[in-house]
Amino acid sequence: MYEVLRDRIRSTEPVALVTVVDGPNIGAKLLVRPGHPAEGTLGDAELDRIVGRDALAELEAATTGVRHYGPRGETTPEDLIDTDTVAVFVESFAPPPQMWIFGAVDFTAALAKVAKMLGYRVTVCDAREVFATKRRFPMADEVLVSWPGRLFSERGSSLGPRDAVCVLTHDSKFDVPAVMGAIGTPVGYIGVMGSRKTHAKRMERLAEAGLTEPDQLERLMSPIGLDIGARTPEETAISICAEIISRRTGRQSPSLRDGAGAIHS
Amino acid sequence: MRDILDDIDRWRQDGRRVAVARVVDVEGSGPRDPGASMAVSEDGEVAGSVSGGCVEGAVVGEALRILHGDQQPRLVTFGYSDDEAFAVGLTCGGTIHLFIEPLDW
Repeated sequence: MYEVLRDRIRSTEPVALVTVVDGPNIGAKLLVRPGHPAEGTLGDAELDRIVGRDALAELEAATTGVRHYGPRGETTPEDLIDTDTVAVFVESFAPPPQMWIFGAVDFTAALAKVAKMLGYRVTVCDAREVFATKRRFPMADEVLVSWPGRLFSERGSSLGPRDAVCVLTHDSKFDVPAVMGAIGTPVGYIGVMGSRKTHAKRMERLAEAGLTEPDQLERLMSPIGLDIGARTPEETAISICAEIISRRTGRQSPSLRDGAGAIHS
Repeated sequence: MRDILDDIDRWRQDGRRVAVARVVDVEGSGPRDPGASMAVSEDGEVAGSVSGGCVEGAVVGEALRILHGDQQPRLVTFGYSDDEAFAVGLTCGGTIHLFIEPLDW
């Protein structure tokens, strides 16, 4: 089973490993893959069925943690009174989150580098083929010569809450369709680069293109990044990625020194 | 797990037995999330980590006992809040639960 798990992790295909960590059959395992029958057993067919179903859901959400069941997969609290429970550790190996970066500029190279460090699968997209080359962005997983509208219609449905779209073009004929495409997906983060002036002009163009709903406008992080005084492409990349993290965790972003709460939560 | 696969492969190709420790649960402030893992070969080589370096030494000892058959695979808790906890604590004050087992599956 280890070999199947290992190969699956290496090829970044989704897989979840379920291990009994407390109760009967400690160490028993179930390996779960979407579209395949589960492999292995936790010691009871009904337990396997219920846990396998729940593990697929955890995998879909890319979550990892311990779950408790009765010996036959019972989950309702009344059924668990006076029975031995089984604690299983469900470990999800979900495909890496995606970052799509529009615009093949200097900031793109730095952002792609930091995003790779954070585990993103990075796609760089620009319509200008002299700029959008693998040689300029060796750290990106793919470099596409394409228009945003086309990329979103072909692959927009693959974006979800864990993913990010960063628009760094400063060119309204490119960034307006990129933002409109991103707004049409459930992508978790949409950031758009530009000065306050560029931002104001772009908001007018976006309104002309039909982006007027407050709920949709609220999703735009524009100008992109946290206010840390970043100047260079590398510092700006840190500011953007820090904003992505703080949006995901729902935190405001003061310095740890000036707060009092738990550092991890 | 991803970051320890190469070492595990290398050890297994040499015919060495391997134990794996994984963080399954964290209470309070913990340095690594569930899924953080480390592997220990039967001759004491180590890959990966499960904390910020606070408990790794104790995990190696436990992993070797399991590989030598002196201990069954089990949940092990590190932290201050549990009476059963190892003497080794986490400097950040949290509690982590690890599952340590031989890689024989």
